[in-house]
Amino acid sequence: MKSKPVILCYSRNDITNFVVLMILGFAIIPFIVPTDYWYTSILIPWLCLSLAAIGQQIVMGYAGQLALGAAGFMAAGAFALFNLELRLPFLPFPVALGIAGLIAAAFGIIFGLPSLRVRGIYLMVATLASQFFIIWMIDKFGWFKNYDTSGIITAQDIVIFNKPFTTPFEMYLVIMVVVTVLTIFAINMTRGRTGRNWMAVRDMDLAAESMGISLLKTKLQAFAISAFFCGVAGALFAFTYLKSMEPVAFDIKLSFRILFMVILGGLGTISGAFIGAAFILLFPVVLNTFGNEFFHGMIDATIISSIELVVFGVLIIVFMIYEPLGMAKLWENLKLRIRSKFSNRFGGEQKA
Amino acid sequence: MSEERNFPIGNAILEIKNISLSFGGVKAITNTSFTVLEHEIRAIIGPNGAGKSSLLNCINGIYKPQEGSISFKGKMLEKINPNFIAQQGISRTFQNLALFKRMSVLDNILVGRQLHMSANFLQVALQLPKAMEEEQSNLAKCEEIVEFLEIHHIRDTPVGKLPYGLQKKVELGRALATDAEVLLLDEPMAGMNVEEKREMCRFILKVNDELGTTMVLIEHDMGVVMDISDNVVVLDYGKIIGDGPPDQVRSNQAVIDAYLGVAHD
Amino acid sequence: MTEILFFIEVVVAGLLAGTMYSLVALGFVLIYKASATFNFAQGAMVFFAVLSFVGFMELGLPFIGAFFVTILLMGLVGFCTERLVLEPLLNESEDTVLMATIGLGFVLEGLAQAAWGVEVRRLDLGIGDFPIQWIIDSTGLFISALDLTAGVVAAGLILGLSLLFRYTKMGLGLRAVADDAGAASSIGIPLNNIMLMVWTAAGVVALVAGMMWGARAGVQFALVDLALKALPVLIIGGFSSIPGAIVAGLIIGASEKVLEVYIGPYFGGGIEGWAPYVLAIFFLLWRPEGLFGEKIIRRV
Repeated sequence: MKSKPVILCYSRNDITNFVVLMILGFAIIPFIVPTDYWYTSILIPWLCLSLAAIGQQIVMGYAGQLALGAAGFMAAGAFALFNLELRLPFLPFPVALGIAGLIAAAFGIIFGLPSLRVRGIYLMVATLASQFFIIWMIDKFGWFKNYDTSGIITAQDIVIFNKPFTTPFEMYLVIMVVVTVLTIFAINMTRGRTGRNWMAVRDMDLAAESMGISLLKTKLQAFAISAFFCGVAGALFAFTYLKSMEPVAFDIKLSFRILFMVILGGLGTISGAFIGAAFILLFPVVLNTFGNEFFHGMIDATIISSIELVVFGVLIIVFMIYEPLGMAKLWENLKLRIRSKFSNRFGGEQKA
Repeated sequence: MSEERNFPIGNAILEIKNISLSFGGVKAITNTSFTVLEHEIRAIIGPNGAGKSSLLNCINGIYKPQEGSISFKGKMLEKINPNFIAQQGISRTFQNLALFKRMSVLDNILVGRQLHMSANFLQVALQLPKAMEEEQSNLAKCEEIVEFLEIHHIRDTPVGKLPYGLQKKVELGRALATDAEVLLLDEPMAGMNVEEKREMCRFILKVNDELGTTMVLIEHDMGVVMDISDNVVVLDYGKIIGDGPPDQVRSNQAVIDAYLGVAHD
Repeated sequence: MTEILFFIEVVVAGLLAGTMYSLVALGFVLIYKASATFNFAQGAMVFFAVLSFVGFMELGLPFIGAFFVTILLMGLVGFCTERLVLEPLLNESEDTVLMATIGLGFVLEGLAQAAWGVEVRRLDLGIGDFPIQWIIDSTGLFISALDLTAGVVAAGLILGLSLLFRYTKMGLGLRAVADDAGAASSIGIPLNNIMLMVWTAAGVVALVAGMMWGARAGVQFALVDLALKALPVLIIGGFSSIPGAIVAGLIIGASEKVLEVYIGPYFGGGIEGWAPYVLAIFFLLWRPEGLFGEKIIRRV
């Protein structure tokens, strides 16, 4: 609940969380994670997809607009960055990354326009247009891929202030910084006027309008900011994880995965984006390891990936029925329960 | 009613002229005109389906009447949409509660301050001083409203989890937070018990007295209407059949007929 | 003259292909009418149904046998969906139910693949995907036998279903349920039977659509993406209108072919992939309630 702010709008709790996470991300993980495998296969994609999930969260979890096209905006960001690096090599990487995000945001505004007229599944279909159109556009116009015919284009190296960031650990650091900064922005927005307007539109658009909120501005803003986050996430995803530029990597399946991240993680929470991304990313790894450990390859890998689909599907149904606010809410409840147990045992002095 | 008011009833603030509204072929309001005076409490009464809520929805810009015009403070409202009307200084509550269910009580009321805030998303994202100060001052204002409505104990609860009566209060709070000159209250006391109704009446009268807010309210409880309103409009089948002070309306034959159910020709 | 002939050919091929979109959309409309649910899983049902059908054939069942076993299976899927997914979500918002059906779609896709494997199957219906000679002879048009069969079967199915819903007691019940499920059940209309019947009908439609597509492109996962195109069809036709689904399917089928053939080459082709969605967007701006849908007035 709303606790007293200490610095800016942040409570003591926020600051503790922030410090712990920063120490974990910048000090502890670099020490305890020795292999590149963890950076390249787990941490880097997790952070990139979490960022995209925050984007999806903004438009869907906060503004309540059922959009299904995050991967399209990610592709827009990725290819924007590729072309910026290619054609304007003098741009510093952070600037180019920002512009790539803005280009994605422009697409977000265009494809967010239908949200002014329609909602629910109608909007979902309209946003699918963005998914298919953006991927098609990149695929069909050679300019975007620098007329490369091999089909596989390598992403440029990340260079900041003449220092290349090319090892997995270095790339992890770059992503950590970007994700940290953007996450703080997202939290600020969702706690302030911006996010309140989004949520008002989500919960009851007519009442929001009657309080003087412009639906046009609020919805398009949510689409733009969402697409910005997705665009930056997509650019990082392509430059650090895929390391190549291929439109198929951003197909509708990725959009569905990001949708699942926010649904399972918990709609309308920033932490849900991270939790959901971790789950969607790690569960197949766990399932595969489990399958190999116990059945020694007797189960076909395709069967395992089918089981994965079933489990995701079942979980979505179960969460929709029992806890529409997802894993973030479960985690919240668990914390509350532990805390209340704790304070009961110690005579309740914890209560402030 | 006390005779000396801080804000004596003034001239026309809201003029509804020859409004007609129909859905498909169904006429909801037919050629209706009346005038709301500044600082007054104006009740709209009438049987179910008489077009009361539709009328409020027209004033508020949710429905667009096919005919007629609405003037506010002497100026005709050129755009009919809720957003524009809110900016002019008309706020409202809804018949079937239209709160932001997953947001806390305080956040709901803060949304009411929307028109008094202007920080853009970048200023909010970067926590620039403008956004911070604006947030603080508006928060303080909302805390005042929370205190005034005596709902301090639930300020952080998501409104969806509150009982009906409290939700109605929060909705009033949100409307108050707009500092609107005219409040449209659509059945603010529906579903309340006597105790709650009395409390709600007290709030409405207090706001009217202390801030001079003009109130247009739809209410079914005749006792309440006669007690708190300065003037009453009676609607039946989308037409006005009575308009005037409570005592006068009460003795109007057409009104009595409508309420006792005399057959229409 | 040949240009006109070619244009007609393109349109006819588009219309016939469009009947397949109509079929998927039809399944969607049926469930929407009975349960007021946007069943996003309808595309997955197409895949699930036809893969099961092929699977049963591989197990040695004859064509007809496999057909009926699959239909029974689809009825069962529908029953489970009603009981386990839709009933618990009865009072939830449309968006929540929609997300649950997205989950259901993934469950069906996963189950189908886990049970029958992921390799692409060939489905031979004994109808070739090549032009019919007598049509060429008499009109000069090249029209695929498969397209034509699909069109005829779809038309037959649609006609049959329309008659079923118009003239049987069940159909009357369904229309009552579509109007107000609560009121219908309170006057003794057997809700469960109607639901079961509707899901089975949706299953039949899904199976037929899957067979037609499968015969052309092989029974494979890509069917799910093809079936997604039923969504723009629904938007154009309206979610609750059977004629709407059919007409819109034809519109989408014809216009995407025409666009692809006449405008596609200027953009390197492949505009079929998104053209239906963009058409749907323009349609939404013009007539959000769909061709035959009723204008929805939001009450406050």
